[in-house]
Amino acid sequence: MKNLLQKKSWPPYLVGAGIGVLSWFAFLTADHPLGITTAFEHTAALLDKSVAPAFAERNSYFDQESPKIGWEWMLVVGVFVGSFISSKISGDRNAPAVPPLWEQRFGTSETKRYIAAFIGGMLMLFGARIAQGCTSGHGISGTLQLAASSWLFTAIFFSTSIGTAFLLFGREGRKNV
Amino acid sequence: MFDPIWKLALGLFTGILFGVLLQKGRVAKYQVILGQFLLKDWTVVKIMGMAVVVGAAGIYALLPTQTVSLHLKPLAWGGIIFGGLFFGFGMAIFGYCPGTGVAACGEGRKDAFAGVIGMLMGAGIYVVAYPPLNAFIKQFGSEGKVTLPQITGTTPWLWVITLIVLAAVFVILTRHNRHEMRTNR
Repeated sequence: MKNLLQKKSWPPYLVGAGIGVLSWFAFLTADHPLGITTAFEHTAALLDKSVAPAFAERNSYFDQESPKIGWEWMLVVGVFVGSFISSKISGDRNAPAVPPLWEQRFGTSETKRYIAAFIGGMLMLFGARIAQGCTSGHGISGTLQLAASSWLFTAIFFSTSIGTAFLLFGREGRKNV
Repeated sequence: MFDPIWKLALGLFTGILFGVLLQKGRVAKYQVILGQFLLKDWTVVKIMGMAVVVGAAGIYALLPTQTVSLHLKPLAWGGIIFGGLFFGFGMAIFGYCPGTGVAACGEGRKDAFAGVIGMLMGAGIYVVAYPPLNAFIKQFGSEGKVTLPQITGTTPWLWVITLIVLAAVFVILTRHNRHEMRTNR
């Protein structure tokens, strides 16, 4: 087991199959698909409620949803912990703040990269909540249930990402991958 | 506000396994995610594809035993289409998806921390702007919680078997490509 964890990477098909089996486990034990972004929504909602209770009182969101610290919230904590353990044991923790591909196109500025990451993360999560799912909730858990919404979402987001990536990096950047 | 402790522990346990898989799968890395979108590194498609094939076969096999139930998201046209556009645009800029972004934080990537704070911000905007957003999305209509087999009036196993066949073809084709690359060098 230790030996296996010391490896920096496992074959992608094996990892994929592992996630597939993990989703059986999640359905069987928690009656819940693997998903990440509901936890972010609930955290934001709980913050909203505690920071501006009068404002939250008027928001119909709280009539529809009851935000909580639940299974999915702990799932997100677990992803962080699991990745931490895995990278610690394999010594795979030396990534620079500015990824090389980004640096070749947009320069060495850390601030620039952080601002872009912040904005990208913000738009991405906003989109995930409008669509009610992300790469895990729709892209894996939804498509494996053969949900029509999830297949459409995955097709749209993947093509948009491909288009955006080529706009950002072009054919020239492609050589640097 | 809190789930019972056993459920929280179960979530943590499942999450740790998920985090290890994402990190070992190398998808908590900017280069790998962008490499996929620039159609050069197919790690993301391989992992997602295999997860879907294995997951679908298992869930649809378990369904008749009534030990699992489906949890579908509604096909609300406005939500799925606009959500997909925002998501795809944002993800290509950030370079991680929500799950792999959290995993990238676990791996100690500083840019991922900036993005995760942005994610919380994006979720906040959604919550605060929920009433008008919800009204906007509703006007595009919804097909409800439907599966592809339901829409087409076919058996789920037709879809599961098709996915298995497609995956097998993909594996064989990319194996051939790898071989080609090796021999060309």
